[in-house]
Parts: sequence; C-alpha cells; structure tokens
Amino acid sequence: MDFERVKEKLNILADAAKYDVSCASSGSDRKNQNKGLGNASRMGICHSYTEDGRCVSLLKVLMTNHCIFDCAYCVTRKSNDVKRAAFKIQEVVDLTINFYRRNYIEGLFLSSGIFKSPDYTMERLIAVAKKLREEERFNGYIHLKSIPGCSDELMYEAGLYADRLSINIEVPTISGLQLLAPDKKHEDFTKPMLKVKNELIRYKNERKLIKSTPKYAPAGQSTQMIIGATGESDKDIMYSATYYYKKYQMKRVYYSGYVPVTEDSRLPSIGSQVPMLRENRLYQTDWLLRFYGFAVNEIVNDDHPNLDIDVDPKLSWALRNMHYFPIDINKADKRMLARVPGLGIQSVTRILKARKFRKLNWEHLKKIGVALNRAKYFMVCDSRNWESRDLDANKIKGMILQSSTSKYKNQYHQQLSLFN
Amino acid sequence: MKNATTLIYDGSFNGFLTAVFIAFEEKLKVMDIQKNGQTQNGLFSENETIFTHVEKAKRVWNGVRNKSYNAITNIYFAFLSEAEGIEMMLFEYIKKLMAHKGKQSDFSDETMLYISQMARKVGREKHRMEAFVRFQLTKDDIYFANIEPDFDVLPLISKHFRNRYTDQQWLIYDVKRKYGIFYNLERVELISLNLSEIHFNRSRKSQTFTEGEYDYQELWNNYFKSTNIKSRINRKLHTQHVPKRYWKYLSEKKEAV
Repeated sequence: MDFERVKEKLNILADAAKYDVSCASSGSDRKNQNKGLGNASRMGICHSYTEDGRCVSLLKVLMTNHCIFDCAYCVTRKSNDVKRAAFKIQEVVDLTINFYRRNYIEGLFLSSGIFKSPDYTMERLIAVAKKLREEERFNGYIHLKSIPGCSDELMYEAGLYADRLSINIEVPTISGLQLLAPDKKHEDFTKPMLKVKNELIRYKNERKLIKSTPKYAPAGQSTQMIIGATGESDKDIMYSATYYYKKYQMKRVYYSGYVPVTEDSRLPSIGSQVPMLRENRLYQTDWLLRFYGFAVNEIVNDDHPNLDIDVDPKLSWALRNMHYFPIDINKADKRMLARVPGLGIQSVTRILKARKFRKLNWEHLKKIGVALNRAKYFMVCDSRNWESRDLDANKIKGMILQSSTSKYKNQYHQQLSLFN
Repeated sequence: MKNATTLIYDGSFNGFLTAVFIAFEEKLKVMDIQKNGQTQNGLFSENETIFTHVEKAKRVWNGVRNKSYNAITNIYFAFLSEAEGIEMMLFEYIKKLMAHKGKQSDFSDETMLYISQMARKVGREKHRMEAFVRFQLTKDDIYFANIEPDFDVLPLISKHFRNRYTDQQWLIYDVKRKYGIFYNLERVELISLNLSEIHFNRSRKSQTFTEGEYDYQELWNNYFKSTNIKSRINRKLHTQHVPKRYWKYLSEKKEAV
C-alpha cells in the first residue's frame, strides 16, 4: 500500500463524506462466526468524538468524489472546483480492517459520488462490502449508501452484505428538489427505499418459518434531510419525516443543519450560521414522536408551523395545553407522565416502579433525577407545597427561562425576530 | 448483647460474598466490612477475618440472583466501583432485598437508589473503555492497549473483546491497578505484570511496535481531523464526551495532551 497516496485520498474522501450525519452503529447483532474478525454491538459504540462534538463510530468515506450530478447543496457536485480522488476497492478494505483491529471503529460507512452511472457506482460499493464479508470474514458493521436511481437487483444484493442501507432525501419537499437538484427525480430516491422495505418484510416473514434465513440489512434503513437550505417550515420537515417513518419503515430520519459550502444564489451564502439550535429542536420533536407517544400534529400544525426556539417542543406543547395539568405524579398513567416537561423516559420508568412502594414527594423526585425546575409547574405529588399560584402559560414560561441557563440563550432574540 | 463485629475480607468479590454469608449465618451485628490492609479498628467492635470460601459465596450469589437477576448485576457492578464504604451499602442492599421481594426497583429508598446509580456509573465506564481502548501492534504480533479506568472494569469488558477479536492476540493493561487481560487465541487470562515503560500513545516512536503501526496511527489521526466540521465547533460537547483524563491513551488526541 502506497502510504502517502492513501493518506492524501483519505483526507479528501473523508472530508467530503463528513456532511452525512448518520453515524449509528447500533441495531445490528451480527455475531462473530468461525473465529472471523469482529461482531456488531446491538447498542452501538462511539469510539471517539470530533471537536464539533459529533460521534465517530464508523470509518466514513466516499469511494470517490467524482460526480456526474450537479446538486447545488453538495460539496462534490460536478461544477465545484475541488480536488478529486478515488479509492481502489482493496484500499478501503485494508483501511477498514486495520482500523477495526486497533479498535478505532465499529465498521465502515461507504458512500460515493456518482460516476459513469448509478448502477456502476452501486456495484463498486457492493464489491467492497462483499470482499470484507467473504474474503476478510469481517462481521463488523457496514453501512452502505444506496445510490439514487440504482436498480432493484443491486439493492437486493447490497442488503445481503450491509447492516444498514440509507439514501438521503436531502431536500424535504419535491419543489425544493427540482430547484436544487434538477438532475434527480423524486422516484430515484423512493424506488430503492421501497425495494429495501419490501425485502425487509419478506426476510422477516421467512425467518418466522426458517430460522436460518440469512440476514438482510438487520439495522434497517435511514435517510437524511438538509435543514435551512430552501426555506421550508418545521411543519414541512416533520410531516415529511413522519411520512418516511411510516411509508418506508425508516429506522431513523436525520436532520442536518445546512453548512454553506458554496456560493449559489439559490442557497444561504457562505459564512451564514449553521442552524444548530433549530436542528436540535427538530431532533427533540423526532424523539417525542418515536418514544413519547406524541402525534406530529400536536407539536406542529397550521397554527404553529414552526417550533419555538427558546423552549423545547414538549414544554411548548404543555404551555399550549395547560388544561391537562397539573397531574398527580402518584396516579397518572405512563402516557401522561411522559408528557410532563422535565420528565424523561428514564424518570417515568423509575417513578412507575418506585410509587408502588410509597407515595413520592419532591425529595424523591429530585433524587430520581427529574428536572424539577420545569416539571414543578405541571404536577402535584405527596406534599402540600405545590405551585398554588394561578399562573398562566406566559408567566410559567418566563419563570422557567429565568431559572435555566442555555448555551443558546444569546441566540433567542436574534432568531426570534426572524420569524416574527 | 452481642458485640458489633467488623468483618475483614481479602478484597475479592468472592471474599465479600463470603463475608455476607457469614454475617447472615452467624446473625452478626455488622459494624463494617473492610478490605484486608485498609482496616481501621472500631472502638467498640471486634474484628473477624473472613477466609474466602467459593461455595459460601456462590450461595449468596444464587440467593440474590433468584430474587432478581437485575440486582445481582447491580451488586457486582457497584462492587467494582471500589467506592469507599461500598461494602456496607451493598450489605444493606442485600438485607433489604432479601426482606422484600422486588425491592431492587424501589427508587424512593436511598440504599436501593444509591446502588443502582453506582452500578450505572460503572456501566458507563465499562462502555467507555470498550470505546476508548486503542490497540497498538507489537513486533511479537500482540495488539496491546493501556487503559486507566476510574473503576475496576477489566473483568467486565473481557467478554466484549473476546467475542469481537477472536483471530488476533490482544492484551489490555490497567495502568492504575497493574494487571491486564491477555487473549492467546484460545482464552482470556488474567496476568499481573509491572511494566517498566508505560506505552501510551506518545509522539515518540517506541521500538516495541511495528513500523506499520505508526503509519496507521497517522492515517487515523488524519481521518479524525478531516471528519471535523469547523463551522460547527463545540469544544464543550467534545470534552464532555471525551473527558481529558483519557486523552493520553487516545492516539487521535495525543497532540492535544
């Protein structure tokens, strides 16, 4: 292996791959077989974190950053003047194996610019995965990118070697897609998704009959949307995300605040701030939908098309729905407990278990780990000291904001004025 | 009335369980349970030295496990925290557990909450070590790593590495506690050794490792840098996830130390 050359390629192709935010290595439980190398950890492991605080779990690289497409938001688009490079199949295999043996990574995340044709590109990605599995007997995690517009046969083959497959929708609305990525059609994205979904269902059914059915993409599929590039509202984004969760049984939808990489009249200019706080609020909403039993129209709807910037979406929902509160922490059911601001799923579980032994008071709740500065306005417990003043939503919001600190605080004013 | 007793055990987990067994069997009024060599005499208590007895330890282990699998895991994890006074807390925990079925999930009881939180802390450290081990390939073909965990987690991470790296020899050495686990392609063995030189990931090259080792470290460091997005910098979050005390053992952070 020509070390200097590989180093240069790695720098170029890792740099180009970093805007893909998915770094999950969880959800697969591939076992180590016949003294081969590696296994997949069900909960996933983050081996390091970059200085921007994002997890490094997989070796995330592009096969090449040559591309025949010209999508405005993408750093490797055809018309951008950047250094181009391409890995040989063996080079990616060697890097993966040697990083893995040193416990740097959980596995490989392989994506690519599209060269020649979608099918040709997808074949190369599959060739790497196949070589890893069959020649190196590698059982670690492999995440392959589905190339928009590639054939069903290749999507089928990819799932036999990969743990997760993903295809990035990137622009949440079809009109936005036409504007920013005129070369790509909406169907180019949805067709591979549909194929993967159908295969996942088929394999699941077959496994019910025959236990030894091989695995097909055991960690499922995911997608990603860019936030803040085309002026879509939070409602557009969350409705679109809900659609992908339901229709294609996505394991995850990722939200990626747009990082300006190029000067283009259709996009925010270089140097404009990455909407990290908005991204954070969208992830919080995503969690409320997947784990807390909220429906999407409870959180964003025509009256509230955008999420509050200064408070989290659950608190925001509670302030709009004060008629549900206060609830009795010693009596309320699980669903309602999960809706109290300041109570996470872990606290809810502990409360449900602990209250079988005795009625809980403030002291218990504090020790269990409830964020009382928010929760206390929305509940009563085994104590006479509860919030007895008749406070309206605005007052409560003010008091909570006053008693809390956030690293985003200085952004509230500036960003709020944008929406008003 | 019987005098209060301080039980002295050898520091092993089995030793501790034996102490618990004896306390129950002889209905002792236990003042304290202390490690051999770290004893402090109580004014009004007698000392009793416990000899580790695997059968007795097993009876306590099985007794607790029959009550709750979760509880026995909590006990083992919390014990490995080596926290001061953890033995008496655990003794208290076991007593309460035996007296009341399902007691391990009473998070409104201070002892139960303390042990479960301590077990979580140790669990987090275990998970961190599974992530932060950085193997370096020695000239005699052993993947070698140093760690310095807050708690004694080597016994807990052994299974993870054994299941994962079955076709390479590896050795993980705890610098603080001066012992390691070594996998010889067949099984994992506990080894105690006193390394004259601590090979954490220094920039200076050591003769112990293969030449290619430093090439891969450089590739990894380069990868680590290229994957950072500068306009999203968030150092606070970075150090929250990768606390500074671990940096000297991580090849990607060696320049920052």
